[in-house]
Amino acid sequence: MNNIINLIWLVPVLPLAGFLINGLFRKRLSKSLTGIIGSGVILISFIISFLIFLQVKQPGFEPVVVALFDFINVGKLNISFAFQVDQLSALFLLIITGVGFLIHVYSTSYMHEEESQHFARYFAYLNLFVFSMLLLVLGANFIIMFIGWEGVGLCSYLLIGFWFKNLNYGDAAKKAFIMNRFGDVGFLIATFWMINQFGSVTFSEVFSKAHDTSTFVLTGITLLLFLGATGKSAQIPLYTWLPDAMAGPTPVSALIHAATMVTAGIYMIARSNIMFTLSPITQTVVAVIGLATAILAATIALKQNDIKKVLAYSTVSQLGYMFLGLGVGAYTGAVFHVMTHAFFKALLFLGAGSVIHAMGGEQDIRKMGGLKKYLPITQITFLLACFAIAGIPPFSGFFSKDEILANAFAKNPVYYIIGVFGALLTAFYMFRLYATTFLGKFRGTHEQEHHLHESPAAITFPLIVLAILSVIGGFVGIPEAFAKNAHVLEHYLEPIFAESNKIHEAQPSNQSTELLLMAVSVVVASIGVIYGWTRFSKNPDLEDATGFGKVLANKWYVDEFYNAIVVKPLNALATFFNNIFEKSIIDGIVNGVGKGVKYGSRQIRLIQSGQVGGYVLLMVIGMVILFLVEIFIKK
Amino acid sequence: MGMTQILFWFLSVLALFSAIMVVVSKNPVHSVLWLIAVFFAISGHYILLNAQFLAIVNLIVYAGAIMVLFLFVIMLMNLNSDTEPQKNKWLKIAGVIAGGALLLVFVAALKNADLKNQMAEVTNGDIGLIHNLGIALFKDYVVPFEISSVLFLSAMVGAVVIGKKE
Amino acid sequence: MPINYYIFLSVALFCIGVTGVLTRRNAIIIFMCVELMLNSVNLLLVAFSKMHHLALIGKHADAGTNAQIFVFFIMVVAAAEVSVGLAIIVMMYRNTHSVDVNFLNRLKH
Repeated sequence: MNNIINLIWLVPVLPLAGFLINGLFRKRLSKSLTGIIGSGVILISFIISFLIFLQVKQPGFEPVVVALFDFINVGKLNISFAFQVDQLSALFLLIITGVGFLIHVYSTSYMHEEESQHFARYFAYLNLFVFSMLLLVLGANFIIMFIGWEGVGLCSYLLIGFWFKNLNYGDAAKKAFIMNRFGDVGFLIATFWMINQFGSVTFSEVFSKAHDTSTFVLTGITLLLFLGATGKSAQIPLYTWLPDAMAGPTPVSALIHAATMVTAGIYMIARSNIMFTLSPITQTVVAVIGLATAILAATIALKQNDIKKVLAYSTVSQLGYMFLGLGVGAYTGAVFHVMTHAFFKALLFLGAGSVIHAMGGEQDIRKMGGLKKYLPITQITFLLACFAIAGIPPFSGFFSKDEILANAFAKNPVYYIIGVFGALLTAFYMFRLYATTFLGKFRGTHEQEHHLHESPAAITFPLIVLAILSVIGGFVGIPEAFAKNAHVLEHYLEPIFAESNKIHEAQPSNQSTELLLMAVSVVVASIGVIYGWTRFSKNPDLEDATGFGKVLANKWYVDEFYNAIVVKPLNALATFFNNIFEKSIIDGIVNGVGKGVKYGSRQIRLIQSGQVGGYVLLMVIGMVILFLVEIFIKK
Repeated sequence: MGMTQILFWFLSVLALFSAIMVVVSKNPVHSVLWLIAVFFAISGHYILLNAQFLAIVNLIVYAGAIMVLFLFVIMLMNLNSDTEPQKNKWLKIAGVIAGGALLLVFVAALKNADLKNQMAEVTNGDIGLIHNLGIALFKDYVVPFEISSVLFLSAMVGAVVIGKKE
Repeated sequence: MPINYYIFLSVALFCIGVTGVLTRRNAIIIFMCVELMLNSVNLLLVAFSKMHHLALIGKHADAGTNAQIFVFFIMVVAAAEVSVGLAIIVMMYRNTHSVDVNFLNRLKH
């Protein structure tokens, strides 16, 4: 059975093969064949991942590093192309391939109206994305992780700009790419620093040496890594690309911008948890940034009218919770929330996709309403997902969010209070979204109403599966307060975070406090749910927001702020360089060289008089100079 | 100051003065005559160095044959100071400066040469006699000697071909 | 006599010849200046031929002969050169009715 782990290379290679086949033969393959190849390779990867997971979840499993070949071998630095199979990567493999497979199936139907060539291109990108993401989580060192990290960034760019003929979508893709670059620079510098400091980028070596390293260096490295994470995982200050990334097809938003890629930052920090644990300053920064992002994004989500934008800000907000978890040392909680979030947020996006599909491309919730009777399956799964994200027991989001909040309380009660406030906002805006979309009267045109229909099985099947997972997914992490040793996930992930848990203080063992905290958050969430439901089911706010709401609807003017402090000065500088520097200095040099040569040659040409006397004179002068050189300089 | 030294200085001054006059004379005929004076002075130096053969050859070949050839040509063309082409004043100055600079550089280069105590033997040593040179010429250098006769022949043919009217 | 004297004399004659070439435009005068330079070199060679004579007497009776033979050959070549050179000047005069070297500026093209 052990040899299944040696097949680990198949897991990423299969999507790569799918990418190559779909990409290279995109003009010849039929749509159904493309879909079968695209989804099939992911399914096989999922099966292998599942077998590996069964192997890994046995107690006492030691991490296995499968070295494939030497990648970089320079001097003392030896970076091999190696995969690391352990509890954390196996879990992420399952999430990526599992959710990925469902979304591929969903896409076969959702994207069916594309031309077959673009359809194949779409699947090629999607497979390439899965490949890169698998590389990211499987890599046994920071370099392989970085390759995957860049790969998912590239695929994200390609997929956001999938409909590249629309200029705005292209701009959104560029925005995502450039924002990610800022973070990537941080990641890259951190990697260089690690090479300099530890002489290695392999996880096991770096983490074992981290104990003997000064806090200053560790803080620097971890802050840079965190900068990378803020880019990829859409945290303040680099979060603004994610809402714009909704320009891509909806399944892409579900896969990349909700379930997998944006969690890369969380994975990376969870992977290098020991380094973060050893630098308390970074942890505080992570927690504060996470919390701030959670609240900021939640407030923005209150006033958005685009169904996907609401979900996008909700994603940013939930990612903020995950970072809060990482920051307070609740690594298990963060990973747990990644998992449950992958289920319910993918479900929400796919549900939104189903709605958009039915509405013929309409994304504005003010033009929806009353869709409950037309889209029953979508409606019920969407509702379940909303309960999950709002944190209503026993849905999955409740367990994971509460684990993070309980740990936040143990660290600092202020975190908890703000976090609960965020949960209130979350519950409110999710049910505002649900109520406006599915309840009340239909507000669209007659034609749209005529076309409303439940989506085909390829779309509803993933919805149902994800709905089931969203409901029961939380039971792998039942807190100690309810049942002893029922937190399966914590025991499963124990080896990964063992080092960090030794350093952190003991968890709050006071179970009554924990129960109280849960009760508070459930009550608060319920208030949000009920208020959102009642407020918007009958009279949705169709008017444009005014006052403070307008600020929220305009996303706190963050984009405008960035525009003013980054884009405008850069443009001004570029204009300056273009008009002044380029024209007078660069052109001056280039033209000056030309003019100088022209003028000089016109003058020097006169020496070429054709008269022997002149030549002799020059010859004598040359002789004199040679003698002078010989006598005075050579000495 | 012995006789040799007096002769040396006299011949040197004569050679330098005549050489300068060659350059500055307006009339080409005067230049030729001054050049002959230079050759006589140099021949005097040869005799002083006991190189009698070369002294005689110098007189016969240069002062006699070559300079007469020059004179013939000049007279054939009817050149005199009126027909002398005048060069640009600045170019003349430049030429003088360049020549002077060359002289300076040569002197500077040779000033430090380690030749302070080397003497050129004057009046004694008989390698310059016809007897000795003749033996060397017809024993060791007989082939170049014969080749030089071919050179003369070809020069003569060349001169005739070039000078011939079309 | 010290060899230095001969060296400086030759150098001076040589440089006068160079100056003449540079300052005059008459082809014949230039030619004569070239002859002057040749002769200055001849003089130097003869002076050098007698430089080591005393030290080598007895061992090499003919030491220095080579230099004088050399001077002889230079004279030979100079004679041949003059005959050809003057023929060229004559032809040039015949074509341009002048001996001004500045008329010979075909090298410009």
